[in-house]
Amino acid sequence: MIKLFKNLNKKDLLIVLACILIMLFQVWIELRLPEYMSEITRLIETNKDNISEIMMQGVYMLLCAFLSMISAIIIGYFASSLSASFSLNLRERVFKKVNDLSNKEMKEFKTSSLITRTTNDVTQIEMLIAMGLQALIKAPIMAFFAVSKILGKSIELSSIVGAGVLILLINIIFIMISVLPKFKVVQKLTDGVNNIARENLMGIRVIRAFNASKFEGKRFNKVNTELTNTHISITKTFARMSPIMNMVMHSLTLFIYFVGSFLIVEAKMVDKIEIFSNMVVFTSYGMQVIMSFLMLTMIFMILPRANVSAKRINEVLDSEIAIKDGFKNKGYEKGTIEFRDVSFKYPDAEGYLLKNISFKVNKGETVAFIGSTGSGKSTLINLVPRFYDATEGIVLVDGVDVKDYKVASLNNIIGYVPQKAFMFTGTVKSNVKFGSKVKDEDILKSLKVAQAEFVSKLDNGINSHIARGGTNVSGGQKQRLSIARAIAKNPEIYIFDDTFSALDYKTDLRLRKALKKYTKDATTLIVAQRIGTIMNADKIVVLDKGECVGIGTHKELLNTCEVYKEIAYSQLSKEELENA
Amino acid sequence: MPRHNKIEKSKDLKGSSKKILLSLKPWITPIVISIILSFISAYISLISPNKLSSLTDYITDGLKPNVSEEVITSIMTDPNISDSDKYSLMSLQIDENILSKLDELPTPIYNKIKPVMDMDAIKTTSLVLLIYFTVSALASYIEQLILAKVTNNYGKTLRNNIISKTDKLPLRYFDNHENGDLLSRITNDVDTLSQNLNQGFSSLITLSVLFIGSIIMMFYNNFYMAITGILASLIGFMFMGVILSKSQKYFVERQERLGNLNGYIEEMYSAHNVITTYNAKEMVNKEFDKINNRLYRSSKYSQFLSGIMQPMMGFIGNLGYVSICIVGAILCIKGKITFGVIVAFMVYVRMFTSSLSQLAQIATAVQSTVAAGERVFEFLDEEEMPKEEVTSHLDISKVKGSVEFNHVKFGYNPGKTIIKDFTAKIKPGYKVAIVGPTGAGKTTLVNLLMKFYNIDSGSILIDGVDTKDLSRENIHELFTMVLQDTWLFDGTIKENIIFNRTGITDDEVWEKCKLVGIDHFIKTLPNGIDALVNENDTISSGQKQLITIARGMIKETPFLILDEATSNVDTRTEELVQKAMDKLTKGKTSFIIAHRLSTIKNADLILVMKNGNIVEQGNHDELLKKNGFYAELYNSQFEN
Repeated sequence: MIKLFKNLNKKDLLIVLACILIMLFQVWIELRLPEYMSEITRLIETNKDNISEIMMQGVYMLLCAFLSMISAIIIGYFASSLSASFSLNLRERVFKKVNDLSNKEMKEFKTSSLITRTTNDVTQIEMLIAMGLQALIKAPIMAFFAVSKILGKSIELSSIVGAGVLILLINIIFIMISVLPKFKVVQKLTDGVNNIARENLMGIRVIRAFNASKFEGKRFNKVNTELTNTHISITKTFARMSPIMNMVMHSLTLFIYFVGSFLIVEAKMVDKIEIFSNMVVFTSYGMQVIMSFLMLTMIFMILPRANVSAKRINEVLDSEIAIKDGFKNKGYEKGTIEFRDVSFKYPDAEGYLLKNISFKVNKGETVAFIGSTGSGKSTLINLVPRFYDATEGIVLVDGVDVKDYKVASLNNIIGYVPQKAFMFTGTVKSNVKFGSKVKDEDILKSLKVAQAEFVSKLDNGINSHIARGGTNVSGGQKQRLSIARAIAKNPEIYIFDDTFSALDYKTDLRLRKALKKYTKDATTLIVAQRIGTIMNADKIVVLDKGECVGIGTHKELLNTCEVYKEIAYSQLSKEELENA
Repeated sequence: MPRHNKIEKSKDLKGSSKKILLSLKPWITPIVISIILSFISAYISLISPNKLSSLTDYITDGLKPNVSEEVITSIMTDPNISDSDKYSLMSLQIDENILSKLDELPTPIYNKIKPVMDMDAIKTTSLVLLIYFTVSALASYIEQLILAKVTNNYGKTLRNNIISKTDKLPLRYFDNHENGDLLSRITNDVDTLSQNLNQGFSSLITLSVLFIGSIIMMFYNNFYMAITGILASLIGFMFMGVILSKSQKYFVERQERLGNLNGYIEEMYSAHNVITTYNAKEMVNKEFDKINNRLYRSSKYSQFLSGIMQPMMGFIGNLGYVSICIVGAILCIKGKITFGVIVAFMVYVRMFTSSLSQLAQIATAVQSTVAAGERVFEFLDEEEMPKEEVTSHLDISKVKGSVEFNHVKFGYNPGKTIIKDFTAKIKPGYKVAIVGPTGAGKTTLVNLLMKFYNIDSGSILIDGVDTKDLSRENIHELFTMVLQDTWLFDGTIKENIIFNRTGITDDEVWEKCKLVGIDHFIKTLPNGIDALVNENDTISSGQKQLITIARGMIKETPFLILDEATSNVDTRTEELVQKAMDKLTKGKTSFIIAHRLSTIKNADLILVMKNGNIVEQGNHDELLKKNGFYAELYNSQFEN
């Protein structure tokens, strides 16, 4: 938490300072109120005919109250602009940091968790500043002033106030100690309830087909009960708070009066009235002291949650990015890729996903990767744009180790099309253009190559609206737009990660033909499942359980590579393969 | 996206409130007890200021010297007091220092004129007050303990009810509603409901008692002061009301902008790889800054305006307070009231203003509570699937495996028929493939066979028995179904494969994994079959699909449905899986929907669908010879 506050800038600190000064004034003036009160009390008690004087005192008192309100409003304004700008900056930092994360960290944090960290967690801290800042400044000031007012006036009465504060503090500390750890548990359990509920909705067909509603109901009831019980235990602990608080506050007045009456009896006549007005002052200042401690407890109520949030945010901000930027902007060659003895495993896993892969791709070549599910083909090409770095061996693009490139420069060389097409809220144009400076005519050209003619049939052509997640276009259309995005970038190297499987055979074929024509010089890497998609590739790399079991053309591999043969025959008959 | 303390208005405040209250019926006894308890503690808060005021009066009575004529005469006539002492009293000059002079009077006289405080009365009053406070604290503590249990259990029951309700709704409901919306009902709305009930319930009662009580007590004590206090406070409240009504728009605006920002973040984080590889970070960051700044502005103002409330409340309180003091002072000096009344009034005015302002806050809380409850009950009251008239039962061990579709007609939405007139006869043990372009109704057919939806007309017979006469559970028992979407729950691989079966050993799980060819992969995972399945884990969608197939294999049934079950799996693995499946389903009837035509070449019967009808049927060779729609589909994969 403190770590986050270190990011406050000078202007913010000035605002905090101003808040403290105004707060000093406000508290000082607020504490004048009981003085006017006791003055009015004295005036009434002395029974003189002095209504006009009482009125005067009343007007003064109101004036003080008014000034106090005005200062509080000013402080409120400062506090809200401070909290809003703090969250503005913090959110920006988190967002930008997340954008810089590599796949490794994204996977560790999980996207859904990163979203809550950027939104809810930041809001939690914003709330703490908005509400807590005032209380945090005001409480000590108020306690200090109030204590100084009553200090030395009466030991007996002071000790009553002290006892009240002590009882409250012990109570609060006790509650906090028993409740704090449970907040984290609640967060976890809430996530659990959410998760199972979501699963239930997503898998409703499967659950019904397996007659598994009872099974799922039991699973849900288990987390639900756990969550409820934790909630109950927290609420029960907190239930102690307000009765004890009320009891202490009420008893404070009672005890001051009770003890005061004994003091008055024993005092000389000349002191009696003074002791009485002291009593009145004590009840109100004592209340102020207690109020200031209560204010602090309010912070303690929000603090644990905000503290958890701060920790979660810091985890993101402090996370070390596995992919380090290099220094090179350019390679020695153009359009070449080479894998030298590359092995890969996830940091926490035992088994290797790729073992000793070596091959070279020359400029303008099309190289396809094929293999069973889990054979490592997607993992392999993910090493080229550095979604992950190779565990052993090196990956070279244009003759330079990918680790030596500036990530942005490497990305400029590569046009990557993922398995799952992403569409952003906006237009067809903004989706194809995405980040690059491309002319409209180039966009049209890319759309044509990507076989996305359907765009011209849309109401507004390339300016047609695309809904969030591309829900207003079909899966195949999304895939073609996503391919057009890569084409518009005009990269040296294309990477298609199982992009074509979503297309029907006809479109697949036409697209590849058009692409070949359009990008004569470009190097292309294709991960595919269909033999038809890759039959004409210059080189086919066959992967099996993370190992390269064959490299060659379609014809060569049919004769030499057993795995390739199996794949091919599982899709097409012998005659079909020979006729092709 | 979670809704952030959105102030939502309910559509039907009265009806929904009634529903919420009625749903609390099982907890009526504890609720009534807690109402009584909160009434007790509120009542005590109400009457204790009066006791405190009499305590003050006892004390003030003991402040002033007893110098009435009566006392003076009694001193003068007292033979026990010496003349010189009497003289010292007589010679006293009344001036500023009169009190200290009185203190110096000789003891016999001093004892007569010194103020007398009724200590016994003070002791008893204090004791009574202490008992009051203790009882009040105990009552509110017990009340809150009860409410903690009631409201949390209420929330739990609602959540469980929602989940079990999802089981009773027709699938059609889920086609037309977003999951996110339902989820937010389960979590946010139920939370709002139970928490607001917890906090609001007791305060509503306590505050109402305090509000009405403080008015009564004020009028009971003194009419003029009551009018003064209430009037002064109301003027303040009106002023506040004006400001509040103007600030409403900022709150709405903040909510909207927060929603926009959250949406943007969600979108960008999911597309992380695309943003990175297209070097679009800068563009994305710029757009984010824009949205973020917009939120900043409205969030600053809404925060400020809600922060204004407290100081204004404080001022209103002081206004009432001062008014009371002044009017009280006038009345006190005129001897109309005692000082204790003023003390009591100070408390009552505070009670009045704070209860009124808290009631105003609760009013908005009630609004959002009812709105949340409305959304929950809207779902719970949703029309359930019609009760089935079950007249037959098929015994899983005796089913032969024939299926017959007779002129089946169906549409998801009325007026939009998807299956127009479907007729087919499937013999026991047949491997049936259903092919056709997207939207032809392939999956719909399976949905109907599983009785996920009821058909509009026609009939479906399993072993000659109309599915109308069979229970859904009975039908599901007969089928193993593996779907295109790889649904796995948050648990281990083993748990996911076993699912709701019982008595499955680890060896059996491994065996199925081997059959579908993921045993090698699972062995590379840190915990083997006990590894957790998570959305972002190292398990690819193809591997997830294989796990769901293994799950299907654990269940042994006479029918098998594979709805694009291998679309995420490569063809070689698919072939392996198919072989394993074939072994398992020997003599069993299977339905296979496939995108890839290679999968289905050896099917006994291929149903070619187009626009909800079967346009061709037969086996692979027959259909190719026909050179019709199927042949066209099939041949497009070899064009080069």
